[in-house]
Amino acid sequence: MTVLLEVTNLRTEFNARAGLVRAVDGVSLRVSRGECLGVVGESGSGKSVTFSSVMGLVRSPGRVTQGTIFFDGRNLRDLSSEEMRAIRGRDIAMTMQDALTALNPALTVGEQLAEVLEAHDETLPSSGSARRAAIRDRSVEMLGLVGIPSPDTRLRQYPHEFSGGMRQRIMIAIALACRPKLLIADEPTTALDVTIQAQVLELITDIRERLGMAVVLITHDLGVVAEHCDRVMVMYAGQVVEEGPTDQVIGQPRHPYTRGLLASIPRPALRGQPLTPISGQVPDLVGLPPQCRFHSRCPLARPECLVEVPMRDAGPGRRARCLRLEDVE
Amino acid sequence: MTDATLAPTPPADSLFRRNLREFRRNRLAMASVIVVLIFVIMAVAAPLIAPQDPNATDLFRRLQPPAWVQGGDWAYPLGCDALGRDILSRIIYGARISIFIGVAVIILATGVGILAGLAAGYFRGWVDVVIGRVVDILLGFPYLIFAIGLMAMMGPGLMNIVLALAYKEWVIPCRVVRGETLAVRELEYVEAARALGAGPRHIMWREILPNILSPVIVVSTIRMANVIILEASLSFLGLGVQPPTASWGSMVSDGRAFILEAWWVSTFPGLAILLLVLAINVASQGLRDAFDPRFSE
Repeated sequence: MTVLLEVTNLRTEFNARAGLVRAVDGVSLRVSRGECLGVVGESGSGKSVTFSSVMGLVRSPGRVTQGTIFFDGRNLRDLSSEEMRAIRGRDIAMTMQDALTALNPALTVGEQLAEVLEAHDETLPSSGSARRAAIRDRSVEMLGLVGIPSPDTRLRQYPHEFSGGMRQRIMIAIALACRPKLLIADEPTTALDVTIQAQVLELITDIRERLGMAVVLITHDLGVVAEHCDRVMVMYAGQVVEEGPTDQVIGQPRHPYTRGLLASIPRPALRGQPLTPISGQVPDLVGLPPQCRFHSRCPLARPECLVEVPMRDAGPGRRARCLRLEDVE
Repeated sequence: MTDATLAPTPPADSLFRRNLREFRRNRLAMASVIVVLIFVIMAVAAPLIAPQDPNATDLFRRLQPPAWVQGGDWAYPLGCDALGRDILSRIIYGARISIFIGVAVIILATGVGILAGLAAGYFRGWVDVVIGRVVDILLGFPYLIFAIGLMAMMGPGLMNIVLALAYKEWVIPCRVVRGETLAVRELEYVEAARALGAGPRHIMWREILPNILSPVIVVSTIRMANVIILEASLSFLGLGVQPPTASWGSMVSDGRAFILEAWWVSTFPGLAILLLVLAINVASQGLRDAFDPRFSE
């Protein structure tokens, strides 16, 4: 598979009142065409900011200060805001965390779909009525694709007339309207109940396979990753701490943090036993010393861990940021 | 019509239309709308309705009392002024001036206010600082004094009154639009639009403006009553519409000298101002109740 997105050594900083916050610090990642990459980590670990940076959506006081973002052969950091705008929505689309508020309440669903097509789709006929008909057909098709019944009449309705799960699907339909090469789904299921969650994830996986699109699934649910992602990347305090094929990472984690995450998930086999939480807190990102960031919470920590730890090979296609990765069982 | 709540699929219904329905249920507000409409019809159809030529003087009818008072005449129902002109006809024609100026000033001011407010709220930074300072400076001037100064500079005339009032009036919608824009620009759907490649223009006009229009409409109608009073005040001071054109403010002013012997000359145009302003105010209160979620139950 060829590489679609390759991010190298990305750093995004926020000039907060308390000091300089490195929300993303030296993140490198790679997404191949048609692949699904899961990005896991707790709140504030830099998952969303990493991909906001990729899309050029980081706003003041935040700034991408270092690194390259190659997408389809072009470094996105070199593009003008005009060129970036053309890529957003057409080549890379993103769905927002909160489906309930991510649609414009003042416009009908049809108008919102039409606007994306209007802005990005060059295959549409240029003349008035043929163009309108084509946009309409595409809109109906997209709503049908995400499983909205009677899309014809639904196009004329406003977001408040849809349920939460339907709004999430509509958002996905809008994101997919121009057949992007990469879909970034930022916690697509957090605002939904469990049954709808499963449906939405099935939908994304299904469409990914049909359209041959790559997907980045940002979530804090390792279960979701296990079921839907080819590869997984675990983030902690602005850094990637482990990455590799999903089954291997989940089956045999190579970083104490990943192991801690897995140990804190309820499992039917361990019914009745207390869960094992990771003790301690995520470190404050202001003025971090150059040393292992998981050190203070790590059961395997040793004095020699107080150095800057690079990503180390941990088997074929796997890497982890731990000096003692051989000792993680 | 069946009950909409029982229908299986509710018809496409925007928030705007739901608000409008709520407004229609408010009887006092609807009555006010009817009063305002009567004034508008009076203004539009003035030549058809007015019993007399509003500018025809007749010195034999100087200060003739209203029809129901001794010495009155039903051809001149509300009596005549010091030049023998029919007061009712002049009130009917005066409605044209008041309503035209009210509407023109509000349209102009709201248009400018929306542009400036959107720019200030969306771009922030120096744009916001510059627009904010201009707004602060204009707010520092007493409105009437400011308008009097402008009228003195520009000279009298209908268009100049509109300009003189709009010069300051735009800061009100501007501040409303700016505040609402600041709130809406951070919302998820604006971010979602950016993620789909929307530019600043699209975000301002399609994502933000439709969602902040309700408070702008409410504020604009409330302010329209104010603008009508200001026009009357300018005309009262002789800086407004020039004679012999009938304007309610100048009619009140004309009657001042005879208030003891001919009360009707000032009273009826004064009542016209009162009635129209009151009706607009009550109607706009109703609009606010219907459109502002903070006031709806």
